Amino acid sequence: MSENQTCVVVGASHAGVNFAFALRKAGWQGSIKLFDADPSLPYHRPPLSKAYLTSSDAIDKNLLKAAETYQKDDIELNLGVKVGRIERTAQVLHLENGEQVAFDKLVIATGARPFIPPIEGLDSASNLYPLRTAQDVENIRQAFAHSAQKRVVIIGGGYIGLETAASLKKLGGEVTVLEREQRILARVTAPYMSDYFQRLHADNGVAVATSKNVVRIETRDGENSVQCDDGTVYPADIIIVGVGIRVNTELAVQAGIEIDNGIKVNAQAQTSDENIYAIGDCTYHYNPHYQRFIRLESVQNAVDQAKVAAASICGQEVEYDTLPWFWSDQYDVKLQMVGLSQGYTDILVRDENEPKKFSVWYFKGDELLAVDAVNNAKAYVVATKFIKSGEQIDKAKLVDASVEFKPANLLSRVQVC
Amino acid sequence: MAKIIFITSDSEKIELEATSGSVMELAVQNGVQGIDGDCGGVCSCATCHVHVAPEHFAKTGPASEIEQDMLELDDDANEYSRLCCQIEVSEQLDGVVLHVAK
Ligand SMILES: Cc1cc2nc3c(=O)[nH]c(=O)nc-3n(C[C@H](O)[C@H](O)[C@H](O)COP(=O)(O)OP(=O)(O)OC[C@H]3O[C@@H](n4cnc5c(N)ncnc54)[C@H](O)[C@@H]3O)c2cc1C
Ligand code: FES
Repeated sequence: MSENQTCVVVGASHAGVNFAFALRKAGWQGSIKLFDADPSLPYHRPPLSKAYLTSSDAIDKNLLKAAETYQKDDIELNLGVKVGRIERTAQVLHLENGEQVAFDKLVIATGARPFIPPIEGLDSASNLYPLRTAQDVENIRQAFAHSAQKRVVIIGGGYIGLETAASLKKLGGEVTVLEREQRILARVTAPYMSDYFQRLHADNGVAVATSKNVVRIETRDGENSVQCDDGTVYPADIIIVGVGIRVNTELAVQAGIEIDNGIKVNAQAQTSDENIYAIGDCTYHYNPHYQRFIRLESVQNAVDQAKVAAASICGQEVEYDTLPWFWSDQYDVKLQMVGLSQGYTDILVRDENEPKKFSVWYFKGDELLAVDAVNNAKAYVVATKFIKSGEQIDKAKLVDASVEFKPANLLSRVQVC
Repeated sequence: MAKIIFITSDSEKIELEATSGSVMELAVQNGVQGIDGDCGGVCSCATCHVHVAPEHFAKTGPASEIEQDMLELDDDANEYSRLCCQIEVSEQLDGVVLHVAK
């Protein structure tokens, strides 16, 4: 049925690439065309602030798929091509190079771009970069290699900022993180975790300063001074901006597709136009487990939505219903997170009596919402099981490190019927 | 140079050769069905699960603690399970047979 049809995908990153392969696997016989403005073969983004940044690898060591695998699955990969406009009624894409591409099904996987805050003097700062693309890493590596003093100021204490801090410290930088809120990771974790990571960075020689609202950057002879509204000033040879993202919704907005904090999609990843799907960071979607609409920035969501959209386009009955999970690697700490902690009423910490190994459990009453596991994959998988099943946890046993970490040992005996 | 043999869940046999990198990278580069490597090889996603042929288990050695923990509640895991992003390619692996987990 799909033989003479064309499925076009805008954005060839975690969502778009996984979608293309999943679509072929689900039995799509028509053509599949991927478009991305980025000229590089599609690559993994998470390592950009982690192991890839500290390595001297070229991007071809970090690819999502090898070039030949696209050919093998007959997936047309168009790189360095920006899509300018969707003409919805005619089912045609207009590329910025003037060409037009007709589609039967369209998938928007445009992700997000770094938010660049309106800071005075930012445009004329020297060696100032965001971190989202392979080119950004290349720029940062070059600037770093050519800098004598390697004083790095990172604006923003979220995961990307903190990972970048750890990586550049490892490379020998003198790194300072400036966070506007009273604690780092304020948007995503409990104060307990913020404190832990603040100390972790301090112990590794990275200064993390909170309540620092950067208002101006002055640059003279290639040397920046980063100024905060409390009057403090930080000299910087390199500045990394990591203050969050803006979703790439422009194509969808212009095409008149429904938007709400991202491109709004149903449980099949379909937009308000039945022939147009959206997947990955750019979507605002319903999470059945938490019973609310959310927007996520994670590989898990990109990959899982990609599979749902592919199956749905091939006529299978599917629904997006997965638990969000995420990870972050900083120094010798591996953080694994599962679930969504928003709305928690209390947290419990289980310490394993081993250095740097614990887990933080977020509850809403007796309901487990989410877990942050530090160097503790077992806590992560046990938590995943409990969040999925909804079985009640015996909280006293949970925090008792002498109780072996097995689901059966942690079950609450008083089960609510 | 080591030869590594993957057997997918559809019983397709794929023979590959490599000198360095991880076994997951080798599989992904060659499009071995069932090995996705979503986390890029940092032991966070468990999408690179293989069962080492029992007679070749000495070539890979057993799973590390984090691999075991990641697979602890996976119904398809057994004593020969490995997350192959954690297996470095070396001469020692030559001839190893890896069954891709479901
Ligand atoms: C430094 C960093 C570290 C991260 N670490 C983690 C982590 O540890 N774990 C985790 O789960 N997630 C992590 N993430 C988030 C993860 O990378 C994203 O969730 C994921 O990349 C989303 O994939 P996506 O395909 O939806 O969007 P994106 O990766 O943003 O890709 C969108 C693509 O669309 C293209 N595009 C946009 N508009 C157009 C257009 N008009 N024409 C053509 N092409 C267009 C862009 O060029 C881009 O390649 C990290 C992200 C970064 C930047
Ligand atoms: S690639 Fe993710 S665990 Fe091996």
